[in-house]
Amino acid sequence: MNIVVLVKQVPDSGTQRSLDPSDNTVARAGADNVVNEIDEYAIEEALTVKEAQGGEVTVLTVGPASATDAIRKALSMGADKAVHVVDDAIHGSCAIQTSAILAAALQQMEYDLILTGATSTDGQVAVMPALLAERLGLPQLSGAQKLTVEGSTVKVNRQTDGGYWALEAPLPAIVSTWDTINEPRYPSFKGIMAAKKKPVETKSLADLGIDPSTVGLGSATSSVVDFAGRPPKGEGIKVTDEGDGAQKLVDYLASQKIV
Amino acid sequence: MAEILVLAELNPTGDGVRKTTLEALTAARALGEVSAVVIGAPGVAAGVRDRLAEYGAATVYVAESPEVDEYLVAPKAEVLAQLVGEKSPAAVVIPSSPEGREIAARVALKTGSGFLTDVTEITPDGTATQLAFAGQVIVHSKVNVGTPIYTLRGNSVAPEPAPAAGTEQQVAVSISDAAKQARVVDRVVEQKSSRPELTEAAIVVSGGRGVASAENFSVIEGLADSLGAAVGASRAAVDSGFYPHSFQVGQTGKTVSPQLYVAVGISGAIQHRAGMQTSKNIVAINKDPEAPIFELADFGVVGDLNVVVPQATEQITARKA
Ligand SMILES: Cc1cc2nc3c(=O)[nH]c(=O)nc-3n(C[C@H](O)[C@H](O)[C@H](O)COP(=O)(O)OP(=O)(O)OC[C@H]3O[C@@H](n4cnc5c(N)ncnc54)[C@H](O)[C@@H]3O)c2cc1C
Ligand SMILES: Nc1ncnc2c1ncn2[C@@H]1O[C@H](COP(=O)(O)O)[C@@H](O)[C@H]1O
Repeated sequence: MNIVVLVKQVPDSGTQRSLDPSDNTVARAGADNVVNEIDEYAIEEALTVKEAQGGEVTVLTVGPASATDAIRKALSMGADKAVHVVDDAIHGSCAIQTSAILAAALQQMEYDLILTGATSTDGQVAVMPALLAERLGLPQLSGAQKLTVEGSTVKVNRQTDGGYWALEAPLPAIVSTWDTINEPRYPSFKGIMAAKKKPVETKSLADLGIDPSTVGLGSATSSVVDFAGRPPKGEGIKVTDEGDGAQKLVDYLASQKIV
Repeated sequence: MAEILVLAELNPTGDGVRKTTLEALTAARALGEVSAVVIGAPGVAAGVRDRLAEYGAATVYVAESPEVDEYLVAPKAEVLAQLVGEKSPAAVVIPSSPEGREIAARVALKTGSGFLTDVTEITPDGTATQLAFAGQVIVHSKVNVGTPIYTLRGNSVAPEPAPAAGTEQQVAVSISDAAKQARVVDRVVEQKSSRPELTEAAIVVSGGRGVASAENFSVIEGLADSLGAAVGASRAAVDSGFYPHSFQVGQTGKTVSPQLYVAVGISGAIQHRAGMQTSKNIVAINKDPEAPIFELADFGVVGDLNVVVPQATEQITARKA
């Protein structure tokens, strides 16, 4: 079983983030860059499938040189090797362009199962699995809260409002995971040491046969025109409960014509 | 006048369209003459046509086939892309559900277009507003190639009726084998609640880790019921097993934008704010005066939720009686 896990490096979603005013792309310099948290669930799921069925887990990242940190994290959790697509021309690519790069990289790899996170916390577009399924002609089983592989069939429970849809498809397939699917392991000390020796193959756009002028900010299918920080909310009212907190709250709701 | 296609999102229960569809029709009217697209099992269009017409659909394209519901996303994307090819609309607007985004992305790829997800506003020149990084940054974006495809974030636009003809036009459906791979074998509803749907509710009352137990969520439910509200939860409350995941509000949960959001025993982490900070009115109840949720609150009570919330519930119930 060859499993490829797509891992993206993003600025920590728990911190103040912004765009870079020089070109309106995600500001990475100075940000606390981490593995897209939901991708850890995809990595964990890949390792679980491998442990049950045997095989190999390969990490694939499209991102700047600094994204090696994210790759090392995935390797230290237990992935076997990695492919890192890095090229200055990629900077500022839109989701459609990124999907072309990921698809080209995947075409040079062997896979039975491709795992991704359900959404990245920087762009929050949640479409990469759909775009890759479209490009590679693979079945799309996105938003998994449960995954099982039985022979050459993959079964997924796709999380929905108040329930799930049971999906089924033949392998090879692409599956994206939610943070409800498992509990990602922490890298062990042994894992961290071992990760330093695991192979990371670096590829450029030329290696993938992609014309650099078709990707990046200059030819993106969509772009940011301008941006601004959200204006801070005006000071609200704050009361301390001294037996009358509920009364004041209800009076406020009444003043807003809510009750 | 330019034609704008709006993909209707149908209620999972099969009775009518979701409110998000009416919002999409309303937003799309700023761009041109609206045509609704209904893609679903045979017979679904009959029950929704009038509603689509009431909200501005001059034409209702009907693409019915059992296969579109039998497989995930890909068949609907194929039908919509075919229609975009035939009608050359000036834009496409789709409600921003997980399926809506995935359809948008695939249609964009098939038609050589760009797409923008989760937009809150579209101006007549096609520029869209998005809220980036958990709503910290307001972004204006545009599509550079092909037919602009937008997914509209729920509760960003108030639906307004604008009666139009709603002339039905049948669309022939033929689905390729490539789109018939991920089969939907079952649709399971686990929670049926008598309360309003979380993403559509006018009032949401959410509980966090401060609620302290699953049993104690009855305090949250009590306040919600006195207000006719939906119940939500923070991730910490969900992870602690106090409330089911489908009620989680935030970055990896639901995005809500109600008239009133009441955060009870929730600290206000950025990832939680991501799902609720566009609410019109925010009320917080927290015993820690330094909790970041107060930065966001229009009205905050520093106090013990176990004291304040039951009292407030009682008073609201008494007022309404
Ligand atoms: C990638 C990622 C995605 C995430 N997605 C989400 C998401 O979708 N939604 C989400 O909510 N979080 C999300 N989180 C988690 C988020 O960072 C916070 O951990 C979480 O929101 C905290 O929940 P909480 O406020 O209930 O708990 P806490 O932060 O523990 O806050 C509990 C609050 O309750 C108060 N309290 C305690 N007892 C009482 C009492 N008796 N009366 C009154 N107040 C009391 C405390 O003062 C405290 O402020 C995400 C995190 C990551 C990394
Ligand atoms: N540049 C990238 N490199 C590797 N994987 C990515 C990249 N962008 C997105 N992904 C994967 O696609 C998933 C969904 O991302 P998105 O569609 O951007 O929200 C992520 O959780 C990742 O697994």
